[in-house]
Amino acid sequence: MGPTSAEYNGTDGTRGVGRRDLIRRSAALGLLSVPTMSFLSACASSGGDGGEKAKAGKKTAKNPLAVNDSAPMEFVVFNGGFGTEYAEDAVKLYEKDFPKVKVTFSATQKIQSTLQPRFNQGTPPDLIDNSGAEQMDMGVLASKKQLTDLTPLLDAPSYDDPAKKVRDTLRPGIVEMGQLDGDPVWIMYYAYTVYGVWYSKKALDGLDEQYPETWDQMLAVCAKAKKKGMAGWTYAGKYPYYLPFSLYPMIGKVGGRQVLDAIDNLEPNAWKNPAVKACFEAYYELYKKGYVLKGTPGLDHIQSQTAWAEGKALFIPNGSWVENESANVIPKDFDLTVSAPTGLDASDAMPFGTIWASGGEPFIVPAKAANAPGGMEQLRIMLSEASSKNFTTKVKSLTAYNGGTTGITLTPGLKSGVAALKKAGSNVVNPRLQDWYVQLQKEQIGVGALGEMMAGRMTPAEAVKKIQAFADATAKDSSIKHYKHQ
Amino acid sequence: MQHGKYRFVVGFLALPLGLYALFVVWPFIQSIYYSFTDWTGLSPEFTMVGLDNYRRMLNDEIFWKSLQHSLMFAVVLPLVTLGLALFFAFMINVGGPRRRGGPVVSGVRGSSFYKIVYFFPQVLSIAIVALLFAFAYNPDSGAINSLLRGIGLDSVQPLWLGDPSLALWCVMAVLVWSTVGFFVVLFSAGMASIPTDLYEAALLDGAGRATTFFRITLPLLWDTVQSGWVYMGILALGAESFAVVQIMTTGPGGPDYSTTVLVLYVYQKAFRDGQAAYATTIGVALLVVTLAFAAVVMRLGRRERLEY
Repeated sequence: MGPTSAEYNGTDGTRGVGRRDLIRRSAALGLLSVPTMSFLSACASSGGDGGEKAKAGKKTAKNPLAVNDSAPMEFVVFNGGFGTEYAEDAVKLYEKDFPKVKVTFSATQKIQSTLQPRFNQGTPPDLIDNSGAEQMDMGVLASKKQLTDLTPLLDAPSYDDPAKKVRDTLRPGIVEMGQLDGDPVWIMYYAYTVYGVWYSKKALDGLDEQYPETWDQMLAVCAKAKKKGMAGWTYAGKYPYYLPFSLYPMIGKVGGRQVLDAIDNLEPNAWKNPAVKACFEAYYELYKKGYVLKGTPGLDHIQSQTAWAEGKALFIPNGSWVENESANVIPKDFDLTVSAPTGLDASDAMPFGTIWASGGEPFIVPAKAANAPGGMEQLRIMLSEASSKNFTTKVKSLTAYNGGTTGITLTPGLKSGVAALKKAGSNVVNPRLQDWYVQLQKEQIGVGALGEMMAGRMTPAEAVKKIQAFADATAKDSSIKHYKHQ
Repeated sequence: MQHGKYRFVVGFLALPLGLYALFVVWPFIQSIYYSFTDWTGLSPEFTMVGLDNYRRMLNDEIFWKSLQHSLMFAVVLPLVTLGLALFFAFMINVGGPRRRGGPVVSGVRGSSFYKIVYFFPQVLSIAIVALLFAFAYNPDSGAINSLLRGIGLDSVQPLWLGDPSLALWCVMAVLVWSTVGFFVVLFSAGMASIPTDLYEAALLDGAGRATTFFRITLPLLWDTVQSGWVYMGILALGAESFAVVQIMTTGPGGPDYSTTVLVLYVYQKAFRDGQAAYATTIGVALLVVTLAFAAVVMRLGRRERLEY
């Protein structure tokens, strides 16, 4: 410190600046610490058409997408619950097929922060697993013409059988899910998730009960569990948008597929359908009768899954990732099972077994990728039976490839998932709100209404009214891209 | 002599000011520019839309709710944190019992120990603090409800973060807990520089602890308190409040939007909804709020400077 900052020299006329200075500095600090906006523009757009595209290669039976056999390929995978090993294995196959190619492979959890600037510069990689908390909005990407139509991939012969198109080797719903607006298929969902009611078969057997098919039976099972000191249900109270995993297919089962489609299409009064209210009332009854684990509204997904795995609650609405995610708390003899949601009664529109299953891990090939055919070829390799089996073995999840479960040992949850899909047959529903209108689904319907209702702070009638208002507002909002079921 | 002095000063200031302009001021200008566009943040293309984003913001209920919460953070947090910190610092440095033959001014017994303990939370990253408290607030098996059960209050089992009327206070409590230590240390340093003769004089006049605090300690510490206020307010409007709300609360954003704050809303609009332009608009609002806050505090806090 120089002499000017001394505290005691105020007598000779020159003022000490020590503390005054400190205030000024903190004001300057203030300017520094409102950076939320400045870091937004750090990804400032400079435009540009990006780098050069690779020349097309020679189209052969082995190379139906005409991949340039010397053009480099870049693949960015989301490093999440499924890890990266399955992707690395697939890259090895690509390198084997095209020995001259240099593949750049990288894994990240920060998809958006890593790749957003590259999209803005026009130099994105060739294949991206656009997943996780930092997923880039697909609707925006598609509407801004940032994605490649994957139709050539779907119409190419499959990796295993040249007589069969890739399209015909996929599970139901996968292709439709990849469409956002019209015919082009923008997204290839690689994993296949089964949603429903997850429970311990052992615990249910202990109650001497079968999985309930009607709501009266459901209430009876919960009553029995309660007597044994076990709550009937718990759910991710802090993220109540887990409730729809069993609630939406129930609405579909009770009212029919068209009710869910109307909801997805944001049709006026879609939520006013009697089936919606009936299902809301059924769930509300769980709360009113005290069948929901106490304190659930304050639990996050991990905490609720842990309470459930410890046997504090019998049922939890969840997706097939729960087996992997809670592997360390689920006891060995838990006998994890998934069931299609319980309906109301015999007058339901669809049979028991109607289940929600859909694609996960969305892969995209950017429109401005230098080697788009390479990206698609990599996907074609991943959709082969061998790669699919490899994925299922390593990460305990099904893939978009229809089959690939014979000859490998399945974990209990996975096995029950396969059985549930078999039972469902064609009665697979696929509500789209969670990927079309994230804010509506998570923040407004989930937290704003369902969470409030299940915490007892809102009646089913109020919840329906509130959700309808949210849906109407979303339908009217011109800053949101709108979709329709094809 | 004078000429040389200014050239000298300018020479030293050019580089830091240049860097400041490039990395702080320029992004601000850019952001303000983007707030007049429809930029999604996901593609380089956008068009000018004039004041559309601002019109939309003024009619956005959630924006107003976030603003209200942010303002509450900016007012309540500094008040509580600085109040507590002043009290602790006073007890540690001045508030001790007066012993015959001992020093005139001393802290309560074990004050050096407390000083360290209060500073502990400062060592932890805010993300860790938020996670720890998220566990503590767990209504099923968290520390707080377990404690309540342990002392026989089985009927009092609040949902904490799951309750819209409690959630915001829960979040604020965490921020107070994690920041109070820093200010205790800051104020302790300030108090240490107050000459003991003043206390001695007060003592001779028969002043008690409260009088000593309000008549001597606080006025002489006023500048420090004021900077602390600005610093705390900015912290409450900015990154810290974002971290705790994002990590701890339902949604995130709280049940029934009870904990959403401006920074969180900016983040959600930019990175969840792909509406970067609208996010920058809210960012501009946040900038205005922050500057207004700093201005108000400086204005209110202006006082005759005491020399000692």
